[in-house]
Amino acid sequence: MDTFLVNLIAATLRVATPLLLAAIGETYIERAGVLNLGIEGMMFFGAFVGFFVADVTGSLWLGFWVAVLSGVLSGLLMALFSVTFGVNQHVSGLGITLLLGGLSLFAFRLKYGGRSVPPSIEPFPQLSPFKDVPVLGTLFEQYLFTYVAFLVIVPLAWWLLYRTSFGLNIRSVGENPEAADAAGVNVFLIRYITLAIGGGLIAAGGAFLSLAQLGAFTHGIVSGRGWVALALVIFGNWDPVKVMWGALIFGGTFALQLRLQAMGLNLPIPYETFLALPYVVTIVALVIAGRNATYPAALLKPYRRE
Amino acid sequence: MSLKRLSLLIIIALLALVAVQCGPSPTPEATEEAAEAPLFYAAFATPIEEPWDGVIHAALQEAADAGQIQYEWTDDIGYAGDMERVLREVAETKKPAAIFGDAFGNEEAVRRVAADYPEIAFVFGSGLGPADPNLSVFDNWIHEPAYLCGLIAGGVTESNVIGVVGGYPVPEVNRIVNAFIYGVKEVNPDATVLVTFINSWFDPPAAKEAALAQIDAGADVLFAERFGVIEAAVEHDLYAFGNMSDQYELGPGHVLTGPVWDMRPTVQYIIQQVEAGSYTAMDLKDFSMMAKGGAYLAPFHGMEEKIPADILQLVQQREEEIKQGLFRVPIDEATPPSSS
Repeated sequence: MDTFLVNLIAATLRVATPLLLAAIGETYIERAGVLNLGIEGMMFFGAFVGFFVADVTGSLWLGFWVAVLSGVLSGLLMALFSVTFGVNQHVSGLGITLLLGGLSLFAFRLKYGGRSVPPSIEPFPQLSPFKDVPVLGTLFEQYLFTYVAFLVIVPLAWWLLYRTSFGLNIRSVGENPEAADAAGVNVFLIRYITLAIGGGLIAAGGAFLSLAQLGAFTHGIVSGRGWVALALVIFGNWDPVKVMWGALIFGGTFALQLRLQAMGLNLPIPYETFLALPYVVTIVALVIAGRNATYPAALLKPYRRE
Repeated sequence: MSLKRLSLLIIIALLALVAVQCGPSPTPEATEEAAEAPLFYAAFATPIEEPWDGVIHAALQEAADAGQIQYEWTDDIGYAGDMERVLREVAETKKPAAIFGDAFGNEEAVRRVAADYPEIAFVFGSGLGPADPNLSVFDNWIHEPAYLCGLIAGGVTESNVIGVVGGYPVPEVNRIVNAFIYGVKEVNPDATVLVTFINSWFDPPAAKEAALAQIDAGADVLFAERFGVIEAAVEHDLYAFGNMSDQYELGPGHVLTGPVWDMRPTVQYIIQQVEAGSYTAMDLKDFSMMAKGGAYLAPFHGMEEKIPADILQLVQQREEEIKQGLFRVPIDEATPPSSS
């Protein structure tokens, strides 16, 4: 039972990593008042670009950073539509998801078409700082990105948003852009910056899937993880630390249900019950936590100077 | 700044994108010498990167490359009602000799169109029966090599726990998994086979996590019905079986073999029948089984050294018996238990 728990926690951290990276990215964006429905497409694009560059150049790190760059550019594209042009954010976001999804698959077929198995590369190795120590060895055998996501990205996001004037500007732009503008904050610039940061993090979440967790790229590599991340941001009430707890709850139930299936209990309930568990738990948690949800007041509203 | 104009621009851009995604994929120009060859069209519900449709596409493409047929295709038609429109358009405008495709999720649409164009041979992957005069059906009947893989798995496992990760428990998957379990039990009655379904045809990260959970539960041999599982075997230095195609390159030194589906015998048979003018609606099942070369074990790539000699001998013996019709692998399409 102990090993069961230790394995479960290790798997939880691994499964939560891509969700956490994307959800923190989305948190920056929404805090500044933009709903980024391009998140699913940006993750997919990041997963593809990262894999493609790593495969062509042979460098995983180059692939990763180009993927991040692709996310920054995707974020800026979203900013062009939703901030500069003031287009309806639902339309521009879903448009970007469709665009980036189609673009990735088109490029994938051009480069890797006609194969019977998906292309694969040697992925990032897992770090094992406590190699032969029983419990710690398993728990800490994680990808570098998992360490960075939990120990750097989350605290940094919290500190930036709540303890710096930059974070104050982001939050004021998301709450009351008119007042922020009157106080001399450049609303457009702040939204551009948060979309660039957020896009980079979202794409990093996608690249984690193709470059670390799997070492391959196929259709369905993201499979709705972007939408899950979107829900986690609401669950976490736009607070990076609470978003992290949301990612852990979803990752934990996801890892748990696979382990329950693998216990081979032959229970008289359909296996779909297990598969639905992470979503049910997240929805229930969302309903409970969502009662106190306070949306950034300017979310979805394009800012226009009168 | 005119917002309306911009919105319009975006809508047009989006529509263009949708058109690109739904429209027929570019197909190679017919060469002049192939101009005599009959036109075969394929209408796939999924992208051709999906292994099931990929097998059909590969067999047709090979026949086209050999100059036997002209070949055009459309993929990613989906299950939202476009199949009937695509088939009618193709039947009206291109008048092909035969249309291949997969009817799963589009059974009624395919059958309606087929009945309206009796002069065209409709050859579709289907879980249902053929329909006179012109709708033939095929399916991936690869339970025989799956059974042979089960024999090997039962022979190489040391922990006596074997993991299977599948997409959905549909008949096509169930009979493969059940045949695999049947093989395991024949050589190793004490072995436990764990079966996990991920309810997706394409979610490799989830498939890998499912396999890792089975490894944590003691599995030391994995059957990768879906993509993503072999990566887990490589990570933990275990043996794995691929599925549908030769997947050795996903895990050199780890992938022992795997059931392979080959549509070439089916395609060759239809070409013969169409050319002879003797095409009739039929169940093409036999052409996807071992006796006619429609199913086989993937090449070992030297991995036969890792298999105990007596097991390997049994596999070869059974393989011969199956081909000669002396041994029948049971077909069980019930959902396999999560542990057996």
